[in-house]
Amino acid sequence: MTTFLQQLVNGLSLGSIYALIALGYTMVYGVLRLINFAHGDVYMVGAYVGYYLSRLLQRKEPSLASALLVMLGSMIACALLGVLIERLAYRPVRKEARLTLLITAIGVSLFIENVAQLVFGPDPKFFPSLAPRTDFRFGGMRLTSEQITVIAVSLLLMVLLRFFIMKTRTGKAMRAVSFSLDAAKLMGISTDWIISVTFALGSALAASGGVLIAMQIPKVDPLMGIPYGLKAFVAAVLGGIGSVPGAVLGGLLIGTSEVMVVGYLSSTYRDAIAFGILILVLILRPQGLLGRVHKEKV
Amino acid sequence: MRGWIAAAGVFVGLLFLNGVFVGSVFPGFALPPYLLQVLCLAGINITLAVSLNLINGFTGQFSIGHAGFMAIGAYASAYFTVTFGEALRSALGFLPEFARDGAVLLVALTIGAVLASIAGFFVGVPSLRLRGDYLAIVTLGFGEIIGVVILNIDAVGGARGYSGIPKLANFFWIYLFAAATVLVVHRIVHSSFGRTLVAIREDEIAAEAMGVHTTRAKVISFVVSSAMAGVAGGLFAHYLMYINVRSFTFLKSFEIIIMIVIGGLGSITGSVLGAVLYISLTEGLREFAQYRMVLFSLLLIILMIVRPQGILGHKEFVTFLTKRRRSLGAAPGTPGA
Amino acid sequence: MPSLQLSRVTMEFGGLCAVNALDLTIEPGHLYGLIGPNGAGKTTVFNVITGVYAPTSGDVLFEGASIAGERCGRITRRGIARTFQNIRLFGEMSVLDNVKVAFDCRQATTLTTAVLRTPAHRTEEERVGRESLELLKIFKLDHLANERAKNLPYGSQRRLEIARAMATAPRMLLLDEPAAGMNPHESTELMDLIRWIRDRFGMAILLVEHNMKVVMGICETVHVLDYGSTIAIGPPAQIQRDPKVIEAYLGGA
Repeated sequence: MTTFLQQLVNGLSLGSIYALIALGYTMVYGVLRLINFAHGDVYMVGAYVGYYLSRLLQRKEPSLASALLVMLGSMIACALLGVLIERLAYRPVRKEARLTLLITAIGVSLFIENVAQLVFGPDPKFFPSLAPRTDFRFGGMRLTSEQITVIAVSLLLMVLLRFFIMKTRTGKAMRAVSFSLDAAKLMGISTDWIISVTFALGSALAASGGVLIAMQIPKVDPLMGIPYGLKAFVAAVLGGIGSVPGAVLGGLLIGTSEVMVVGYLSSTYRDAIAFGILILVLILRPQGLLGRVHKEKV
Repeated sequence: MRGWIAAAGVFVGLLFLNGVFVGSVFPGFALPPYLLQVLCLAGINITLAVSLNLINGFTGQFSIGHAGFMAIGAYASAYFTVTFGEALRSALGFLPEFARDGAVLLVALTIGAVLASIAGFFVGVPSLRLRGDYLAIVTLGFGEIIGVVILNIDAVGGARGYSGIPKLANFFWIYLFAAATVLVVHRIVHSSFGRTLVAIREDEIAAEAMGVHTTRAKVISFVVSSAMAGVAGGLFAHYLMYINVRSFTFLKSFEIIIMIVIGGLGSITGSVLGAVLYISLTEGLREFAQYRMVLFSLLLIILMIVRPQGILGHKEFVTFLTKRRRSLGAAPGTPGA
Repeated sequence: MPSLQLSRVTMEFGGLCAVNALDLTIEPGHLYGLIGPNGAGKTTVFNVITGVYAPTSGDVLFEGASIAGERCGRITRRGIARTFQNIRLFGEMSVLDNVKVAFDCRQATTLTTAVLRTPAHRTEEERVGRESLELLKIFKLDHLANERAKNLPYGSQRRLEIARAMATAPRMLLLDEPAAGMNPHESTELMDLIRWIRDRFGMAILLVEHNMKVVMGICETVHVLDYGSTIAIGPPAQIQRDPKVIEAYLGGA
C-alpha cells in the first residue's frame, strides 16, 4: 500500500510537470487550432534560462529567494520567446491550411533545437540546486522537497491561471477567441493581442515546468523538450485539447500511469504507455475526456 | 502496347545505369560510392514521398506515422532474409547468382509490404473516422508505438539494432520500385478511384452525399500507401545492411512530410522533386555541419510563409507543357486562354 | 406508395428541439416546397432525410423502406440526392470531374482494375465521361467542362451542384435553397430547370427556399414550418392566404 501511495505521489509530481506543459499546448490549440510542436522546445529553453540564471545568482547557500528569481526570470524570458515565435513564424501563415501550420511548427521546433545545440552545446549540463534539499518521511513513504515544490508550485500556477481565465477580462477574451476567432474580432476583441497573451502564458508555464524538472532531475540538454513535449502533448489531447482543466487532468493521468507502469510492469514500455492511452482515448472518445465535440454544420 | 514498351525501356535503362554506376560498363568509370549512396537513398525517399502523398496530398488526410510502416517493412523483410534467405537461395540453386539474390529480395519485400499493409489496415480503420488533427495525432502515436514494440523484440536486435542484412538492394532495384510506385500512384490518381479520393479531400461531406464510400476509400488508399512504405523500408534495410528503430521515429515521418510539402501536395512530380531536393539539401549542406539543420529549418519556415503550396502545388510537370499548348489553341476571351 | 414519408420525426440537439413530431408525405413526381422563417428547422429536416443526423425519434420512409439513421452515402445510393445550402463543390476538381464523381457511386470499378487499366475499366471510364458530358450539356455547363469548379460564376456553381446531384441517378431530389443569391432572370431559369427535371425524369423534388416567387411558382404543395412544427400544408394559393403563415413568415405580402 505504501508503495502504491509512493508511486502515486511520484506520479502526481511528474504529472504536474506534464500538466504545466500541456496547458500551453491546449491554450494555443484553443485559440489557433494549431498544434504547436515547438512548445516542447520552449520548455527546454526555460530549463536552460533557469540554468544560466542560477549560475549567475550563484551563492554559497541555495535559498528560496534565488529559486524564485530563477523561476520568474525563466518564465518572463520564455513568455517573450513564445510571443516572438508567434509573431514571426505563425502569424504570417495563420490563414493557411492546417498542414502548412503544422510544417511551420515543425520548422520552428527544429530551428530552436538546433540553435540550442549550437549555442548551449549538445552535452548535458547540470543544474545547481537552488533550494535546500530535505526529505520527508512518514508512513514508509519518502517525499523529497523537490517533489513537494513541484506539486505546490504547479498547483499555485494552475490556480492562478484558472483565476485569470475565468475572472479577468483578458481571460474572457481568450475564451471567446477559442470559440470563434471571427466572432471575437467582430465583438471588438483585439485577437492578435489575445493570441500573443495566450502564447506568452503558455510559454511561461512551460518554462516553469522546465525549471521545476531541472531542479528534480538536475540535467538539461538541448533535446530534452522532445520526450516531455510529446507526452505533455498526449496529455493535452487526452484531457481534451482546447480544455484547460482537461490539460491538467490529462497531465496528471499520464504522469501517474507512466510511473505506475514503470513501477509495476517494466520500464521498457514507459514511452509507449502514453501513446497507448492516447490511441485508446481517441478511438473511444475522440474529443478527449473533457473536450467539446465539434459538429460541422452542413 | 505503348505501356509495355515504355516499361521495358525503363527496366533496361535502369539496369544499364546500375551497371554504369558500379563500374561494370565503362572501364575506369564508376560513380563515387558516396554519391551512389545518396542517389540510392534519394530513390527510397521518392517511394516514401510519393506513397505518402497519396494519403496526405490527394486524399487530404493528415497522416504523420509513415515511418512506422517503413519500419515494419524494413524489419519484417530483413528478418525473412536473415532467417530464411539462405534456405531459399539453396532451393533456387539452379538459377544464376543475381537471380537468386533478386528472388530473395522480392520475397522479402513482399513480406514487408504485406505486413506493413496489414498494419496500415489496423491503424487506418479506427483512425480514418477521425477529423484532421486527431488523425494526425493518432498516426503519430501509432508510429511511436510500432517503434517501441519493435524495440522490445529481441529477435530483431532490440535496442542494438538489426545487423547482418545482406546487401541485396542496389540502384536498379531501388529505382525500379520508385518508378513502379510513381506509376501505380499515377494510375490510381487518374482513375475513378482517384477521383473519389480527391473528392474526399475537397469536401468529405459532399463526397459522402454523392454516394462515395468515404471510409472505405480512405482505408484502401491508406493500406496501399502503407504497403509502399513497407517496400521502401525493405529496400532501405537491404541497402544499408543495418537498421535501428531510431531511423524510423516521427522525425523520419516529418522528413517525408517536408518532402511532399516542398514539392507540392497533390503533385506526384512534386513529391519526386521534393524527395530529391530534400536529400540534396541535407547532403549538400553537410559540410556546414551544425549550421546545416539550423539553415534547413529556417528555409522550411520561410518556404511556408512565402509559398505554402510548395513548388508545384497541384500541378504536375506535364501540366506546364499541355497548358501552353491549350492556351495557344483556345479562343481568346474564354477562360483558360 | 409515397416517395418520401416522415412520420412523427423529432430532432433534438441537447435541450433544443429543432424539429417537433413532423409528418410529411411526398408523392412520386410531386414538387414539394418547404418554407419557414430562419431557424424553423428546414435544413434540419433535410439533414435528417439525407442521413447527416439520425432523428431523435420518428421514422423516415423512402419508397416504403425505413432510412432513418442510415449513413449519407447509403441513402444516396438508395436514390435520394441533395444539394447544399452553402455550395459544396469539389473546388479544385474540374466541372466534368465533379459530375463524374457522382456517377462513380453507381460504377463497379475497383482499385485493382484501375491500376491495371483493364479494358473493362477503360470502357467504363469512357462511358462515365460521355454520360457526364451529356448531363453537363443538359445543364448548359458543357462549355465549362474543364474549368476548375471554384472558378465558376455563382449561378453556374449552383447549376453544377444540381447537375452533380442528378448524376447519382436519384429517384428523388432535395434542393437546399437553390435560388439563393440569384437575380430574377436566373431564378426564372432555375424554375424552368426544376420543372423540366421533374417532367423529364419523373422524380419527386423537395425544395427548401426563401425565394417566394420560386416556391409559389413551381411547387404543387407548400409545407410551412415554424419553430420545428408544421403550421400549414397546401397548394400555394391557399398558403399565401393563410393568416398563420402570413403572421409567422410572409408578413402580409
